[in-house]
Amino acid sequence: MAHTSNYILGVYDDEDVLLKAIKNVREGGVKIHEVYSPFPVHGIDDVLGYKRSRLTIVAFLFGLLGTSLALTMQFGMMTIDWPMIIGGKDYAPVPSFIPVTFELTVLLASFGMVGTFMIISNLKPWGKAKLFDKRITDDKHIMAIDLGNNQLEESAIDKLLKDSGASEVNKKTL
Amino acid sequence: MIAESAIREPLVTGGKTVHDVTEDISGRVEQKPTKTWMLAMAVSLATLAVGGYAVMRLVWDGIGMWGLNKTVGWAWDITNFVWWVGIGHAGTLISAILLLFRQRWRMSINRAAEAMTIFAVICAAMFPVLHMGRPWLGFYWALPLPNTFGSLWVNFNSPLLWDVFAISTYFSVSLVFWYIGLIPDFATIRDRATNKISAAVYGALSFGWDGAAKTWSRYETVALILAGLATPLVLSVHTIVSFDFATSVIPGWHTTIFPPYFVAGAIFSGFAMVLTLLIITRRVYKLEDYITLQHIELMNIVIIITGSIVGIAYITEFFIAWYSGVEAEQYAFINRATGPYAWAYWSMMTCNVISPQLFWRKKIRTNIAATFVISIIVNIGMWFERFVIIVTSLHRDFLPSSWAMFYPKWADVGVYIFTFGLFFTLFFAFAKFFPVINMAEVKSIVKATGEKKQA
Repeated sequence: MAHTSNYILGVYDDEDVLLKAIKNVREGGVKIHEVYSPFPVHGIDDVLGYKRSRLTIVAFLFGLLGTSLALTMQFGMMTIDWPMIIGGKDYAPVPSFIPVTFELTVLLASFGMVGTFMIISNLKPWGKAKLFDKRITDDKHIMAIDLGNNQLEESAIDKLLKDSGASEVNKKTL
Repeated sequence: MIAESAIREPLVTGGKTVHDVTEDISGRVEQKPTKTWMLAMAVSLATLAVGGYAVMRLVWDGIGMWGLNKTVGWAWDITNFVWWVGIGHAGTLISAILLLFRQRWRMSINRAAEAMTIFAVICAAMFPVLHMGRPWLGFYWALPLPNTFGSLWVNFNSPLLWDVFAISTYFSVSLVFWYIGLIPDFATIRDRATNKISAAVYGALSFGWDGAAKTWSRYETVALILAGLATPLVLSVHTIVSFDFATSVIPGWHTTIFPPYFVAGAIFSGFAMVLTLLIITRRVYKLEDYITLQHIELMNIVIIITGSIVGIAYITEFFIAWYSGVEAEQYAFINRATGPYAWAYWSMMTCNVISPQLFWRKKIRTNIAATFVISIIVNIGMWFERFVIIVTSLHRDFLPSSWAMFYPKWADVGVYIFTFGLFFTLFFAFAKFFPVINMAEVKSIVKATGEKKQA
């Protein structure tokens, strides 16, 4: 990576302390780079001011694509390309098409949404994690603050983090 | 912050901290394989090899190796298929439906249950594929490809084709759901890795996960939507499997009650299999603090409910056969209960209708040995259910001159054994190399619902 920044890391042991700390630090006028946790912390998006993910819309659109592809395929094959009467059913046996249409809708919605999630979150098999601390995936919550993005003095941020309940305050250049 | 009522029993006992969860579960992956595990794996691989011989002979010599005849054209093959698919229902039910209902007790059992689902579906898929006789031509028959042997497309009126779509969608979506849940846990193992190989392998498996709040937020949305999609999916799979029978005109199969009845039966057998496997895993891996007696009791309650639905369905079938006034239908059911396969019918009734009712007693449903035995009995019963539905409905055909019995040959048994070998080989490999409990999810509830450390 060509570009490096200096970060101050607040280490928190408890998720409820962390939530309060995020609030305090943000009210103290500090811009938080990102918070890293070993597990999903309930309510963290609100205190960090993150908007609800729009992946639900992605899932819906992919589902719609699945429905259209399934119907196009089935009508194309059974009704247009080679119409045949099977078991006395119509050339366009709509009820027979429901199961496959449903399955393809679910399939495309799931894969489309998960694929989008992987891409936007930069998750890939050859991906290297940008880890501030190895204990993030164990039991510590890390609040990372980019010094370059903040006007406040380093010592002031340090104090703010300690006052908000951080068990350690570290520095890291990434 | 998660609030939890003070009178609720703790879901994680033993005063575990978040770090303990990492140690307990990752430790299992990191330690050297134990002797017990090696032995279990060796037995599974031997079973796989023995069954593999049967599969090889079946493909080489043809379907005549099975005991099928002109009257009974479906027997053990489809029985085993439906049985395995049924077992494959609990995992996604636990992770999807219980997630939508916000049942937190799912968190320590969903990983193993989903793994079981995926392996069971693989085993199930073996049967229709092998039944094709020439599986290498299966692509032309089962997938909507322009048929190079003629000009026909696949027939979308056929429930067998719906099954192809249903099972493959179910398998892929369950796999994705399972994998998404595994990513954060693989990252935990990656960050603890002490040697190069595991760092590289778990590094690749963890997809560069870093635990950022933004990613967690999206991750939770993805899990919720996947659960919403997987819930109708899991219900649709066994519904469509039941269509294989229900849309036919065979007395005993031609029943509108089949879809809900099959789904209930699938959940019933799936939970039984989850219990069988988890009772062993919990004992061997000393996971009693994560999979508590409460988890076992709750699963037993699901077994009472679904078992009772299945029991009512059996009785309803009988009533409707009589009430319909259709002689052929009435005969099919009388023949089931009193004909040459009555032993199979009554085994099914005893195992599926009577045995789960024992769980009404709290003493029995909180007894691990009793639960283990009943969970196996339930799965034997569910195998008989499919056998009864398939074989007794077929063996007395429309023409008495073509009435026949079904006798399994060694290849029927061999292929069934093969799927057991496959299932347990995959499950033991999973239990060794993958975190058997969803660490990230359990960590999120340790504080709210974990037992406080005793002073």
